[in-house]
Amino acid sequence: MSESSAIKPQSEASAPRLLFESGSPGRSSFYWPAESEKGQTTIPGEFLREDIPGFPELGELEVLRHFTRLSHRNFAIESQFYPLGSCTMKYNPKVNEVVARLPGFAQIHPLAPIEILQGAMELLYDLERILIEISGMDCISLQPSAGAQGELTGLMLIRACLTEKGNPRKKIIVPDTAHGTNPASSTLCGYDVVQISSTARGVIDTATVAKVMDEDVAAIMITNPNTLGLFERDIEAIAAVVHQKGGLVYLDGANLNALMGVAKPGHMGVDVLHMNLHKTFSTPHGGGGPGAGPVAVKEGLSEYLPVPRIVKQNDKFELLEDCPKSIGRVRSFFGNFGILVRAYTYIISLGREGLEESSRMALLNANYIRKKLEKGYQIAYGEPCMHECIFTDRLQHKYGVNTLDIAKRLLDYGFHPPTIYFPLVVSGALMIEPTETETPEMLDAFVEAMLAIAQEAKENPDVVKNAPHSTPVKRLDEARAARKPILRWDPGQGGAE
Amino acid sequence: MRYTPHTPSDQEQMLRTIGIGSIEELYQHIPETLRNRAKIELPGGLTELAVRRRLAALASNNATATDWSFFLGGGIYHHFIPSAVDTVISRSEFATSYTPYQPEVSQGTLQALFEYQTLICQLTGMEISNAGVYDGASAAAEAVLMSRRIQPMSRRRVLMSRALHPHYRAVITTYLRNLDDMQLDEIPFDASGATDVTELTRKLDHQSMCVIVGYPNFFGIIENLAPIQTACAGKGAQLVIVTPEPLALGLLKPPGAWGADIAVGEGQSLGVPMTLGGPGFGFFASQKKFVRSLPGRLVGETVDTEGRRGFVLTLATREQHIRREKATSNICTSQTLCTLASTVFMSLLGKSGMRRLAEVNVSRAHDARDRLVSRPQLEACFSGAFFNEFVLRARNLESLLQRCAAARIVPGVPLGQWYPELDDCLLICVTEMNEREEIERLVGVIGD
Repeated sequence: MSESSAIKPQSEASAPRLLFESGSPGRSSFYWPAESEKGQTTIPGEFLREDIPGFPELGELEVLRHFTRLSHRNFAIESQFYPLGSCTMKYNPKVNEVVARLPGFAQIHPLAPIEILQGAMELLYDLERILIEISGMDCISLQPSAGAQGELTGLMLIRACLTEKGNPRKKIIVPDTAHGTNPASSTLCGYDVVQISSTARGVIDTATVAKVMDEDVAAIMITNPNTLGLFERDIEAIAAVVHQKGGLVYLDGANLNALMGVAKPGHMGVDVLHMNLHKTFSTPHGGGGPGAGPVAVKEGLSEYLPVPRIVKQNDKFELLEDCPKSIGRVRSFFGNFGILVRAYTYIISLGREGLEESSRMALLNANYIRKKLEKGYQIAYGEPCMHECIFTDRLQHKYGVNTLDIAKRLLDYGFHPPTIYFPLVVSGALMIEPTETETPEMLDAFVEAMLAIAQEAKENPDVVKNAPHSTPVKRLDEARAARKPILRWDPGQGGAE
Repeated sequence: MRYTPHTPSDQEQMLRTIGIGSIEELYQHIPETLRNRAKIELPGGLTELAVRRRLAALASNNATATDWSFFLGGGIYHHFIPSAVDTVISRSEFATSYTPYQPEVSQGTLQALFEYQTLICQLTGMEISNAGVYDGASAAAEAVLMSRRIQPMSRRRVLMSRALHPHYRAVITTYLRNLDDMQLDEIPFDASGATDVTELTRKLDHQSMCVIVGYPNFFGIIENLAPIQTACAGKGAQLVIVTPEPLALGLLKPPGAWGADIAVGEGQSLGVPMTLGGPGFGFFASQKKFVRSLPGRLVGETVDTEGRRGFVLTLATREQHIRREKATSNICTSQTLCTLASTVFMSLLGKSGMRRLAEVNVSRAHDARDRLVSRPQLEACFSGAFFNEFVLRARNLESLLQRCAAARIVPGVPLGQWYPELDDCLLICVTEMNEREEIERLVGVIGD
C-alpha cells in the first residue's frame, strides 16, 4: 500500500478494502494454545501443506468493522421497501430467528440415534401435515433445499412413476411465462422442453395445451398464479387434457402466497407441487439462500418420494429408509432443517386466520399499487391481478427512458426496484410484488416515487438515464466483468484499487 | 401473531381507491368450485410467547451437543464458532436482502461473495470457485454433471469411490438415473480404508469420464491422491475431489496441489451450526479453463462509470434465468448467508488459526484413538492416515452403544447401515469441542 493511499480520507461511502488487502503478517484474533504433537507426526509429510497463501491475517475488530461496513452497502427488507416481483420479500419475523438458534435445534447432529431427535422429528412430521393441509395434496418430502431442487425432485417423481408404467416419455410442456428454472430442471431430468405461448390475456388456454399434448409428453409445468400475477383459471380443464393422454400436472408453487384460503392446488388437478418456504412462509432470503423447496404429491406418487420418510409409530417417530420405488436421496441428511424450523414457527404463529389474512392483504396491496400506478405507467394485462402486478416502460419510450433506467432511478428514491425484464413475454417488464406486510403509507410513498420518475422521464430524462446518483457505486460495467472475468482476488493480477 | 399492518379503515380506503366493495371481489375470477373448498383446517394463531414455549418444548426433546457427548462426524461437524460470526450474519442488511441483482445497492453481499470465492480458492488450491451450492452431496452431483459438459460424449462412465460419503453417493445416483447415457461404477476400498487404486486403475479406460473420491474420505482416511491422479491422467478421466470436512485443508495438501480438475465439498464445518445437517453449503471450485461449464452463481470484479471498483453477478449466460433449458444447471441459490458465515469464520481464524484448529483436531483425534484401541473391546479397522475421524471395530457394538447412551454419550456413527461388512464398526469423530475428560469418560464407559 502506497503512502498516498494511506492518507486518503476514508468516508463511510468509500469501499472497504478486500479482506486480503488489509491486516498484517502474523496477526490473528483466534487464540488456541498448541496441544500435543500427536498425530501430526503420524500423518506423512507428503500429505501436509506448508501454508495457505493469501489467507487473511486480521484482528477481530478489523473483521467486524469490515463486514459491518459491507452491510451498509446493501439494501434489505428491514431498511427498504423491496417490491421484487416473484420473490415475495415479506417481513422475516424475528421470533423465527430466535427459535432457530435454540441449542435444541442448532446443536443437534443428523446422525445421532433417532430416539434422541424426537423433538426435531415431531416438528418435521407436523410441518409435513400442515403443508399438506395448506396445499390440498396427500404426501410430502421436506428434503429439497430450494425451489429449483424441488422442481427437479418433482420431475424425477413423475419420471419414476411413468417409467414404472412402461414409458418415461420425452417432453415437458412449459409456458413462456415460466421461471427459467422450469425448463432448466426439465433438461436436468432428461426431458426435452416444449414451450407454449400464453394468450393475449396473459394466461394459457386449454386449446393450446391440447394441440401439443400427446403420448410423448410426460407433464406440464404450470405456475399458478402465474408470473404475470394472473390466476390460470382454466387449470382444471388443462389438467383434464393432460391426464387424458396419460401425462401429469406439475404446479410450480412459487406463488402459493396468493392462494392460502383462496384455492388449494390439490383441488386443481395437480399431481406434484413444490413450495418455496423462503417466500410464502417468511424465511429470510439471506442474499441468495438458504431456502427450502418441499415437494408435495397426490397419493399415486407417494411411493416415489425421496428417502428417508418420517413415520409415526406408537407415538414415536422413526425413519423409513426401505422404500424400493423411491427416487432415492436428493440431498444429504434432512434438507435445510433450520429453514424448516423458521417456516413452522411462522405458520403456527399466524394460524388459520393469519395465513388466510396474509394472502388477502397481499392481493389488496398489489391491486392498490396496480390501480394507483396506472396514472403514469402502461399496465401489461387488463386482468385483475393476484399478489403482483406488471407494468411496462412503453409510455416512457418516447423520452428514451427504459425499464432499467426507471429501476436505477428508484434506487435514488430509496426503494429497491421491482423485478425487471421478467417475465420475458412482456417487453420492458416491471414486476411489482408489494407483499402483505407493507402499510398503505409505504405503498403510497413508492407510487409517488414511481410517478415522480415518470414525470422526470418527460421533463428531464437524463437524470433518469444516468441514475443512480446516490448509491455507493454507480452503474457497473457488467460487459467488462463477463469479457475478462476476475473471479477472485489475486495479487498477481494486481486488481483495481 | 399478525404481520399484516392493515387496520379496518386502511382496508376500506384501499378498496375505495381500487373501486371495489370487498376483498372477495378480487377473487371473483377464481372458479367457485375451488374457492368453496379452500378453507385451511389448522389451529388459530398464537401469541409470540406461546410460540416460543411450543418451540422450546420441541427443542428440549432433542439431545444437544452441549448436554451430551457427541463423537459424531460423518459429514457434519461440531466445531467452535466465534461469537462474531452470528453477529455478522444476524445483521438484517445481509439476512433480509435478496440475490444481488441490483449491484449498486448490493455491494455488501457481492464483495463478501467475491471474498468467499477467493477464500475457497486459497483453501482448496484451485483457480476459481462459484458462490456456493446447496450442500456437499449436491455439489458432488453437480461436479459429475459439469464433467459431463466438459468431456466428449464417448466418455460417460463415472468411477465413484465406495469410501465416498454414502449420502453423496446416493445423491449422485439420483441425479444420474435419468440421464440415459450415464454409467456409474463403484470402486472398492482397501484394508487401509482408502480407495483401492489397483482396482481403480484396472477399471479406468477411455470411456471413463471422471473419478470421484473423498478427501478425507467417509472413514476419515486421507487418501493418497498421487497415484489416483496419475491413473486418471493416463486415461484422460477428470479427477473430482470431495471434501466433507474442509477444516482438514487447514493442514492437508489441498486438492489443487494434487491435480484436481474439480474440488467440491460441504462447508458446514467452517462456521455453520450443525442444525440437523442443514442449512450448510456446498463449495464448488475448479480449474479456470472450465469456467464456462461451472454451475451456480459467480461474482466478478468490475468498475462503475466513474472507474471505482465494484462487484457484479457475472457469466450469467450459463444460468437458467437467461439460458433456460440450455443452462449449465437449474440452481439459482448459493446458500449465501451460510457462505457469509464461513467467510467471517475463515477471516477470524485466518492463516494461522485455520492451521492451529486443524492441528488441535488431529492431536485430539489421534490421542482418543490410541486410548480407545488400547481397550480389549475395540480395534482399529483401517490402517490409513486420518484427520479427525477414524473407524473402530467393536466386539459387542449393540451393548457398547447402550452403555454409552445411558451415560449420555453418542460414541460414533454405526456403519452397518451403509456397509454390511462393517456392521460391527463405528465411525468416531473427535474435534476441539471434545474435551480430554469427555474422552476419558468414553474410555471409562467402554471399559466397564
